[in-house]
Amino acid sequence: MPLRGRAPRVTAGLDLNRCEQFLMHEARLLDEAKFDDWLALFAADAWYWVPSEPGQNNPHDTVSLIYDDRRLLETRVRRLASPRMYSQEPRSRCSRIVANVTLEESDGAGATVRSKFLMIEYRREQQRLFAGTAWHRLVQTGSAIRIAWKRVDLVNCDAPMDGITQPF
Amino acid sequence: MPDDFSRYFKPGCVHRQIYTDPAIFEIEMRRIFGCAWIYVGHESQIRKPGDYFATRLGRRPVVMVRGEGGKIHVVHNQCAHRGAMVVATDSGNAPEFTCCYHGWTYHLDGKLKAVPLNHGYPRDFDTGNPQLAMTPVKRVSSYRGFVFASEAADGLSLEESLGHMATSLDDMIDRAPDGEIEVAGGTFKHAYDANWKVYFENLCDAAHPLFTHRSSIEAAQQQSDAVHSDGTGEIAIRQMRQNGAPYSFWEGQVGIWTYPNGHSYLGDYHDDSKLVAAMKDPVFRDYLNALEKKKGKKEAQRILEVRRWNSNIYPNVSLMSQFQQLRVVHPIAVDRTVVQTFNFRLKGAPEQMFRNTIAFANIVNGTGSLVLTDDLEIYNRIDIGLSAQGTEWLQVGRGYQSDQPDPHGGRKGINSTSEVYIRNMLDAWLGYMNGTPAQPARAVS
Repeated sequence: MPLRGRAPRVTAGLDLNRCEQFLMHEARLLDEAKFDDWLALFAADAWYWVPSEPGQNNPHDTVSLIYDDRRLLETRVRRLASPRMYSQEPRSRCSRIVANVTLEESDGAGATVRSKFLMIEYRREQQRLFAGTAWHRLVQTGSAIRIAWKRVDLVNCDAPMDGITQPF
Repeated sequence: MPDDFSRYFKPGCVHRQIYTDPAIFEIEMRRIFGCAWIYVGHESQIRKPGDYFATRLGRRPVVMVRGEGGKIHVVHNQCAHRGAMVVATDSGNAPEFTCCYHGWTYHLDGKLKAVPLNHGYPRDFDTGNPQLAMTPVKRVSSYRGFVFASEAADGLSLEESLGHMATSLDDMIDRAPDGEIEVAGGTFKHAYDANWKVYFENLCDAAHPLFTHRSSIEAAQQQSDAVHSDGTGEIAIRQMRQNGAPYSFWEGQVGIWTYPNGHSYLGDYHDDSKLVAAMKDPVFRDYLNALEKKKGKKEAQRILEVRRWNSNIYPNVSLMSQFQQLRVVHPIAVDRTVVQTFNFRLKGAPEQMFRNTIAFANIVNGTGSLVLTDDLEIYNRIDIGLSAQGTEWLQVGRGYQSDQPDPHGGRKGINSTSEVYIRNMLDAWLGYMNGTPAQPARAVS
């Protein structure tokens, strides 16, 4: 049984193996639709960003498929639990593969991690495939790892797209 | 197909088939999208000679381009030789257009410039033949920078077609202290599996937000304002809370106006000081100062008193002049639609105001929006529901026969949840489909 809301314990610096374990833990929480636990992985001033353009340099001067500061991320997660969220009636089922994890920058207390992902979303007789690169800024807070920010670059970020309800 | 499309209407009712029948869709592409003034783009997207923006007129790929002399052209994005699409990128700058198949090259106005190996064509082959071109769309007209095109050689002028609805385009521009606006901040292309008309029929629907958007309204109402925000989330949450205005407000306070040729607008429903420029939040105070400095106190006040939510210019563009948003509806198939959205920067307004515009766009037009995703779900469900026989006649009769005349030649709903704007669009639809757009028949109203 997965442990609710608990990230893998960290005793030393953020090395590649711990970061990789953390990303798999995160993907599992999302696959299992444990969105509250996923939210708990984020730092109190974190942001989560899915740009609308390749190489987009900031979320403030150009629109984004998703750009949530911590406050909006909480609202998003609360809505995901709502029985009145009609775009999730029926619910999506997702399967995420995280791979090609590399440590781009690490200073012991924090690490910037790049990974590749594939996500299959199934809902109402249709299956969609998403692919892209995720960037996590991970920080060690006591014994826990927290996400300071996360950026997800979809390969098709500028394509016509049906509604997105599932976090990547 | 019948010659008279009025068979699809009864008083206050419309037949489901006009949303699902591929044969009707094909006729719409000719008689509506191949005839009406269709919004193409904004002049700020093509500032310099050679700047182009590739889009669609109905389903047909077209390019809006600024020619050498500064004139704006809209030409079919198709080579005269074997029909291939010529311009393959969404936007850019080019001195000329070259087809990638056999190298036929075109001037920016679409005229054929050169053909490699041109000795091999028939004796009467003439590169000066106007048929051998990236054919210009028959009429192109700009209303203060908003470029429209029509495949009809004659008919109403753009201004005549817009009528009083031009005031919503004016409002978009008037709000810029420097009197100039520009497309900026990227674009969304959100898509759904249903007919293009259901999108337009939702834009002035004041009866749905409280129900359809309940999940985002409640999630926003329950959100603690003590949690960190960099300002972006705050704008989004305030907007979602505004959608929670009670039915009595939606029905009594907002107002719905309709005009000839299918156009309409819903009055605005916002009373949040960070969203409404007139309410003098610190960002808006700087804006108001700039506006008053350039336009005078009286004119600035007049401008900010124009309070409109969605303004819909039938059949393909809707704008939120108060919030610098514009959406273009692209019919792809009878059951597939893509909506491309744009933001405008008001020249002379504080930079933070544009950033708020972006935050606002994410929540009202974003593909991953907490609000819009429920609208897209409704459209998909409408198509699933309408695609099989069952309920044949759909109800569009809210407010039926209680409309009030408007001094600008339109009619106003008895209250803001009246479906008068749907009936008004269906009237225009019937006019185009029956080939009498100048004198639209009253279909369902």
